[in-house]
Amino acid sequence: MADDLPKADDLLNKIDHNNSPPTSWMDTPVNIRKGMYCYASSPKSVKYLGLPNARPWNPLDDDWKLPDNWKEIVFEGLKERLDKFRSFKVFMDICVRCGACADKCHFFIGTGDPKNMPVLRAELLRSVYRNDFTKAGNLLGKIAGARPMTLDVLKEWWYYFFQCTECRRCSVFCPYGIDTAEITIMAREILNLLGLNIDWIATPVANCYRTGNHLGIQPHAFKDMLDFFVEDIEEITGVNCEPQYNKKGADILFITPSGDVFADPGTYTAMGYLLLFQYLKEKYGFDVTWSTYGSEGGNFGFFTSHETMKRLNSKMYAEAKRLGVKWILGGECGHMWRVINQYMDTMNGPADFLEEPVSPITGTRFENAKSTKMVHIAEFTADLIKHNKLELDPVRNDNVIATFHDSCNPARGMGMLDEPRFVLQNVCNNFHEMPPGTIREQTFCCGSGSGLNAGENMELRMAGGLPRANAVKYVHEKYGVNMLTCVCAIDRAVFPPLMEYWVPEVDVSGLHELVGNALIMQGEKKRTTDLRFEPLPGMEDEIDE
Amino acid sequence: MNVNYMLSFIIVLALCLLSYLGGEAPGLRYLFGIAIPYLAIVIFIFGFISRVMGWARSAVPFRIPTTCGQQKSLPWIKPNRIDNPFSKSAVILRMILEIVCFRSLFRNTRMAFKNTKTGMRIAYDWEIFLWVAALAFHYTFLVVLLRHLRFFFDPVPFCIQILEFFDGFLKIEFLSNVIQVGLPGIYISGVILLAAVTFLFLRRIFSPKVRYISLPADFFPLFLIMGIAITGIMMRYFTKVDIVGIKEFTMGLVSFSPALPEGVGGLFYVHIFLVSVLLAYFPSSKLMHLGGIFLSPTRNMTADTRATRHVNPWNHPVKVHTYEQYEDEFREKMIEAGLPVEKKE
Ligand code: HEM
Ligand code: SF4
Ligand code: SF4
Repeated sequence: MADDLPKADDLLNKIDHNNSPPTSWMDTPVNIRKGMYCYASSPKSVKYLGLPNARPWNPLDDDWKLPDNWKEIVFEGLKERLDKFRSFKVFMDICVRCGACADKCHFFIGTGDPKNMPVLRAELLRSVYRNDFTKAGNLLGKIAGARPMTLDVLKEWWYYFFQCTECRRCSVFCPYGIDTAEITIMAREILNLLGLNIDWIATPVANCYRTGNHLGIQPHAFKDMLDFFVEDIEEITGVNCEPQYNKKGADILFITPSGDVFADPGTYTAMGYLLLFQYLKEKYGFDVTWSTYGSEGGNFGFFTSHETMKRLNSKMYAEAKRLGVKWILGGECGHMWRVINQYMDTMNGPADFLEEPVSPITGTRFENAKSTKMVHIAEFTADLIKHNKLELDPVRNDNVIATFHDSCNPARGMGMLDEPRFVLQNVCNNFHEMPPGTIREQTFCCGSGSGLNAGENMELRMAGGLPRANAVKYVHEKYGVNMLTCVCAIDRAVFPPLMEYWVPEVDVSGLHELVGNALIMQGEKKRTTDLRFEPLPGMEDEIDE
Repeated sequence: MNVNYMLSFIIVLALCLLSYLGGEAPGLRYLFGIAIPYLAIVIFIFGFISRVMGWARSAVPFRIPTTCGQQKSLPWIKPNRIDNPFSKSAVILRMILEIVCFRSLFRNTRMAFKNTKTGMRIAYDWEIFLWVAALAFHYTFLVVLLRHLRFFFDPVPFCIQILEFFDGFLKIEFLSNVIQVGLPGIYISGVILLAAVTFLFLRRIFSPKVRYISLPADFFPLFLIMGIAITGIMMRYFTKVDIVGIKEFTMGLVSFSPALPEGVGGLFYVHIFLVSVLLAYFPSSKLMHLGGIFLSPTRNMTADTRATRHVNPWNHPVKVHTYEQYEDEFREKMIEAGLPVEKKE
């Protein structure tokens, strides 16, 4: 973790939600502070994608090397989006500033910075909208809450629209459903027109465009990494999994975020998938293939622009079509599922070359996915368990006292709440919910979503993750919870440092890692460890031998 | 002292003075009594329609409801039909609840840092006051508005008489047994309206967060409505304005043969001037949330995007990186690793 990160107590003690600056927000200039922002996009990545204004730049410099006509670009960008998105236009006009959303944002809760109240975040842009697109704003200026676009305003946009994780929690409470995430999405599109992205987004996007995944893993390396898991699994269970790659004519294509192939503890979730697929293959002849071209479920394009999202997402259907599969199964990931659930079919469909998804094992028709033809693995596994198709030994997870984190996107952009809970409770005997108001549709963001999971903005991440961590701390103290389970690859990447910072005794796992532990494979040897090579309950001695 | 609300306060005060003088000066009565109200109505109607049309003209490229409950997926998992609406009828129900009950605002919570034995705990408690005040304000506003229809119909429709009866009923019966309040009876709606607006105003002043986000445009309608309510209450209970004269005047307005009322004081002119300002101000202000709430895509769309395809009217083609391009770059490595390829050389 970064050396200059403040201590947890210090960070907590300096938060004050009622201490706004003496000057009005319009008269309070932005202060771009180390630890709170992500590094500028590398020109190489911007160029590779053919996005505008590729050049090296530094947010701390006065000169951001903008095109001469940047104000015109912003104006035209706003205008175009007001016509293309009714959401944007309505949300610009109807906020009554009632403040219901104000204390709902994890970044406001964790920083106390008033510009992190969703309503003020939106006002940063709305004020310019009023100036440029409404008569009252144009005539009355500041009295009507309007201000002209300036370089300082632009910097403020960049700073605060990259302090929003597009989590939509504010939208749940707004009486008009105003979704500040939607406004952030528009603002980031416009910032991208000027080449003002962050590198933690731009480079994964460029990687994904080229190699099929955010991490830039090339096809042979992708296979190597999975083969490595296969070896580990064999050591733990004695079972040899045989994943298939790019297989034409397979029944089902499986796509999951590449983060789970790359780093702990996501890797254990990937091992869980391998075990599940092997089990189903041996028992029911399940025929699933991984793809190296479509080796990314996540979509950082979504954090760049609708267009970039579409460019990356197109690979899913293209690959499904090329391989001739029946339908697509998707792994555990948050924003990936917002994209699939709310955008994919509209952007890149209709997927008329696929079949309506039916589970080959239980015969269940996934009616809810009959057009998009993509099923979430938690839906798929829940259905298997419900039909008693899996032999499970939840006792193997008895060392785990789990709680479940609803990731923002599956919760508020989909509503997948009970499927993962059902699976979790069937593979794990100890489960405790965090307090109401912090779960399900009111869940708190991990604080690092929407591409903000870089290393250099650690203070922002720890502050933004505070509400989530605080709820975990509560169940940790009350019930001894020691595992934060989730269905999101970003969560799995960012929770370990967050927990280490706020609740060091709690570990992080994916759902299918616990499935993998509990699943009784055909012909397996006596298991003594879980997928992390840690002793199973009661097996501590056998390991030592 | 806060310049935002002082500014709005001074403007509303100036508007009151202006119209009071207008009402007292015979030469200006026509302007304030007839010309401005007509103009305000025209601005309201055209402004409102053009604003809604403006929104309607913008495309709805994606179906982006905010899902606030369990999705409809497997048959044995109970979906939340209202907060994650799968069908059009469910959306209609969701919208009705939003518009009639302010359902989302009902969820409101208050976040607080609490010191406990084991350290800081962040608590989220249900916060109902804003919802109560908002409902009280909007419903009493509606009742007052409907009651005023008695001035525009002759004979007064039965339903409005009923409304008046219930609005005034409780208060008269209850009070007349204890203390004698002379007629006219007190309408509860007017009193609650004023109280609720006052609460909303005080909240803007005393809650540091809400104060910081408030603009002059947030105080202006509150003062305007306060002014309307106060002048109305004064006319009814204190100066006892000549109702018959006013009814003749309003009937004249609606039948397009306007004539100024006799013997009504400046207060009446203040009242109708403030109403005119509210009407004219409405379409270009945040008050348009009245129309906007119906068009909000996060609330008025079905959450069935995976089951029924939504069509984007401007679905532009984009540049993609095809499988062929990918294989061309990595073919050798793929062959070496034993991965299947399309072209073998
Ligand atoms: C479909 C009709 C309407 C709905 C659903 C609606 C809903 C709401 C809601 C939920 C709020 C936020 C809570 C609050 O701050 O009180 C609000 C605020 C407000 N509404 Fe409405 N409203 C409607 C029509 C109107 C109309 C016709 C007016 C007329 C003047 C109006 C004036 C206001 C004002 C002034 C506020 C801001 C209160 C404040 O400053 O705190 N609304 N409305
Ligand atoms: S809750 Fe909605 S209307 Fe109220 S301030 Fe927030 S965005 Fe505006
Ligand atoms: S979308 Fe989430 S991060 Fe963004 S303003 Fe709303 S609550 Fe905050």
